[in-house]
Amino acid sequence: MELENLNPNVYKKSAERSVTSTETDDSVVDPFDEREIFDLIRAINDPEHPLSLEELHVVQQNLISVDNAHNEIKVNFTPTIPHCSMATLIGLSIRVKLLRSLPPRFKVTVEITPGTHSSEHAVNKQLADKERVAAALENAHLIEVINQCIAV
Amino acid sequence: MGHLELQHTLTGHKGRVWGADWHPKNNALATCGEDKTIRLWSQEGNRWITKTILSDSHTRTIRDISWSPCGQFLASASFDATTAIWDRKSGQFECNATLEGHENEVKSVAWSRSGSLLSTCSRDKSVWIWEVAGEDEFECAAVLNAHTQDVKKVTWHPNEDILASASYDNTIKMYKEDPADNDWMCVSTLTGHTSTVWSISFDATGNRLASCSDDRTIKIWQSYLPGNVEGIATPDGDAVWKCVCTISGHHTRSIYDISWCPHTGLIATACGDDIVRIFKEAENSTKIAPVFEIVTAQHGAHSQDVNTVKWCPSTPGLLLSTSDDGEAKIWKYES
Repeated sequence: MELENLNPNVYKKSAERSVTSTETDDSVVDPFDEREIFDLIRAINDPEHPLSLEELHVVQQNLISVDNAHNEIKVNFTPTIPHCSMATLIGLSIRVKLLRSLPPRFKVTVEITPGTHSSEHAVNKQLADKERVAAALENAHLIEVINQCIAV
Repeated sequence: MGHLELQHTLTGHKGRVWGADWHPKNNALATCGEDKTIRLWSQEGNRWITKTILSDSHTRTIRDISWSPCGQFLASASFDATTAIWDRKSGQFECNATLEGHENEVKSVAWSRSGSLLSTCSRDKSVWIWEVAGEDEFECAAVLNAHTQDVKKVTWHPNEDILASASYDNTIKMYKEDPADNDWMCVSTLTGHTSTVWSISFDATGNRLASCSDDRTIKIWQSYLPGNVEGIATPDGDAVWKCVCTISGHHTRSIYDISWCPHTGLIATACGDDIVRIFKEAENSTKIAPVFEIVTAQHGAHSQDVNTVKWCPSTPGLLLSTSDDGEAKIWKYES
């Protein structure tokens, strides 16, 4: 397969998150935060390159927002090039990873960072359509590809 | 203000419950979902119990189910691209016909008021009309390719052989048979929603239609027949549908289903914010400028997205809901 983006910019990985003493204390309420969501998705493999979404800056912690009170999580992701045909697959991988990792009370929105993809609206609409996502995840070939992306 | 009283919680499905339908006559209903099964429930005393599980016909998610008006047949639409027809001629429910033709996921199935026609729709953008041709025989009467995207829902007019469909292309379309050549054709396109139209429901007269959308609004559409007193032009001699009301500001996520009760006139909605809402037409409402008020919002009706709402055809005020949380619930609306 021909690579769409031959020489993507590669960025440094962030350091491991240090665990504080209150986090291991069960008597302290510890809501989800942006860093925890980032930790769940940063190691997802790019479908084209042997690099993580973090190293390509496809996902970044400052493009994640968590609203614990309303159980809402919003993740924006940035394709490396505006015509990236893998955008839907990357979005699906992020969605599936969060679906499998988070409690079901959360409403997760995964969208392309505004202005970074030529078919931004169409991709966002597909990713938001839970019926299409559910049907896609019943496709054995597609789920295999996604599992490869989210395997750590 | 009214409120919804939870009467029963129906548990048993594994995973998301997508569709549900009340039996037209008896105290019975059917549910279907991600676990590829159909559950038939009936009321015994004060409990709803699973009477039968139908599990050997579909290989993927069952998205929607529909009882025929006579209550003898059940149709199920699946992501496996087929529609199954079940009956109990042998004493227990069996699948005696499988309708094939759609290229991919079938999203919705509906019987016409007489039970002689069946409609299905799919992600393949088409709407099919099937004629009941005899025992366990169905003939394709039309393949309608009016939509430009995924078709989410089909529903029949309550009193005439008019079909309506809702789509990912943000529009609603109406179809009827041309008496000149018996060809089905699209006679109107209702535009106004700004995202996917998930579901539609006629009122008891069929002169009004309610629609719900990913744009988080409900719209009420009014039909104007040729010669209407309002003077709305009807160029082709067909009814013209106009949006007369948009209900916004209530729903905070996608609205997946809507049901207009033929007995009470109440409108119920199923929303991705886990809430079931009930709307009632206001005192000062008129035909050309209807006004709807919210009478209750059941927060946390389910612990996840609500997928279906359906008013009971035989008992006014009874409402059925299904959810991603794996449950179906029966509610009683008290005013």
